[in-house]
Amino acid sequence: MSNENDFLYILPELILIIGALIALLIAGYKGKKSVGFVANFAIGLMVLAGIVSYALPNDVTRIFNGLLINDSYSIFMKILTLFGGAATLLMIKNFLQSRKLDQPEFIVLILFAIVGMMFMISSNNLLTLYLGIEMQSLSLYILAAFNRSSTKATESGLKYFILGALSSGMLLFGMSYIYGFTGSTSFDLIAEHIGKEGSSIGIIFGITFLAAGLMFKISAVPFHMWTPDVYEGAPTPVTAFFATAPKIAAMAMILRVLYSPFIEMGTDWQQIIVFVALASMVLGGFAGIAQKNIKRLMAYSSIAHMGYALVGASAFSDPGTAIKSVILYMTIYLITTLGVFACILGMKRGGDSFEKISDLAGMWRNHPLIAISLTIFMFSLTGMPPFAGFIAKYYVFSAAVNEGLWLLVIVGVLASVVGAFYYLRIIKVIYFEESKDAFDPMSIELKIVLGFATLFTIIFTIFPGSLLELAQNAAQSLN
Amino acid sequence: MQIELGHYLILAGTLFTIGIFGIFLNRKNVIIILMSVELMLLAVNINFVAFSAYSNDMFGQIFTLFILTVAAAEAAIGLAILVVFFRAKGSINVEDINSMKG
Repeated sequence: MSNENDFLYILPELILIIGALIALLIAGYKGKKSVGFVANFAIGLMVLAGIVSYALPNDVTRIFNGLLINDSYSIFMKILTLFGGAATLLMIKNFLQSRKLDQPEFIVLILFAIVGMMFMISSNNLLTLYLGIEMQSLSLYILAAFNRSSTKATESGLKYFILGALSSGMLLFGMSYIYGFTGSTSFDLIAEHIGKEGSSIGIIFGITFLAAGLMFKISAVPFHMWTPDVYEGAPTPVTAFFATAPKIAAMAMILRVLYSPFIEMGTDWQQIIVFVALASMVLGGFAGIAQKNIKRLMAYSSIAHMGYALVGASAFSDPGTAIKSVILYMTIYLITTLGVFACILGMKRGGDSFEKISDLAGMWRNHPLIAISLTIFMFSLTGMPPFAGFIAKYYVFSAAVNEGLWLLVIVGVLASVVGAFYYLRIIKVIYFEESKDAFDPMSIELKIVLGFATLFTIIFTIFPGSLLELAQNAAQSLN
Repeated sequence: MQIELGHYLILAGTLFTIGIFGIFLNRKNVIIILMSVELMLLAVNINFVAFSAYSNDMFGQIFTLFILTVAAAEAAIGLAILVVFFRAKGSINVEDINSMKG
């Protein structure tokens, strides 16, 4: 039951919340000129919260009367989210000035979004799940529309808000049915009820709506409509943030919901996940072909990648393997995406940013190292061996093969061949097209993230050991 | 006629459906979309309270209070984004939200 030890387990969240409030005070007193300091302060907070999460005992503990749960799965996913958030903030902090985003509140909003994500990951009750999702979403709506003078940015914020509100409506509608037909909102009691009385049509109805709401958060088809517009319309630093930490947290939350309370109803929800995975992989593969804007292309790329991750999630008969494959996939997706966005953020000439694919033309001549890194990321996103993306796809597809989901595997492989077209086209543009002017030199922070991501993508295949082990431990604690 | 749980569920389901249709069929004004969103959330509240009353469990009603609070915050943020959009674009017609396609 609840006691003072519970506060120990939410220490990382407390650090972030209190730190964000202090940052807000600094922002209030110092105004615009404190933006650099607040950014460094926020990065420090996230690193501190990550270290504290790592140091916490990783036994399975239910805290605050079972509203939250602490296990090695939640700790691993929290650290991954914090890493994504801190790396993105490191990359974008120099860009805030030039993009009319030079308000310290921008960074405070990112901190609040991260706190929401951490509650999503460790939730053990429909109520905390909902509150975590809303805390994250409300911050993200504002971030998308942060550049107030831009028509595109405000439009993307409005679209994101409307569709996001629709999805939380569906999520809640599903939750109400699950509550009504199982008599509880606690994940443990729901699992107990389903284990005793079996499934019923009301619970299936609830899960369908709940899944619709959750799929929106990872932008899986058919709830992907907002993604390309928001990625393109929002300022590039915001897009970089949207593509990384929130996706990890949302996928972690989906796994928790599917594998903790509803594992007994696997045959029922598997159909939903299989359909969503199929649709996401196919649409993400085909729709990316016609894109000219690299941010929009990354949106379709992320839709496809969420589809591949869901392929792993659908193999419920062997939860350990399924969860492990998804955790691995998301880790590799996170780091590769960080690298790609480091390159996109580096596409500046004379202080102005460029986001057309054609702006990359002949980049190889002016910036050979960045061009090679980008090539490696594109190969990795395609799933080409020997890069990390191949291992990720390998684990996900082998989980599905063990489950006997052949249709999913065959369509997935074909869709990744289609997707290879647009990744390879970028490589063609970089190496074989008429060279344009050189980009501005990259800032040191971008170089750090880019170098780390490149190194990881290359050497992961050779030394996958420790990450595999961590993913294995995390997966075991969830099931 | 006795009012049973089923009647509440039908009422909530109907309101929820009206809310969804309000979002997708409406071609005029973004404010109407915000109203539809509120309608959906209130329909869910009816569901929670009805289930809560019929299963003698308080948690559903507590959940409702949280939903009301979050809905208020959501409406505030939605209206703020709408104002910002109006300043940038000069219109809040649904048909004018179209600068990005593909």
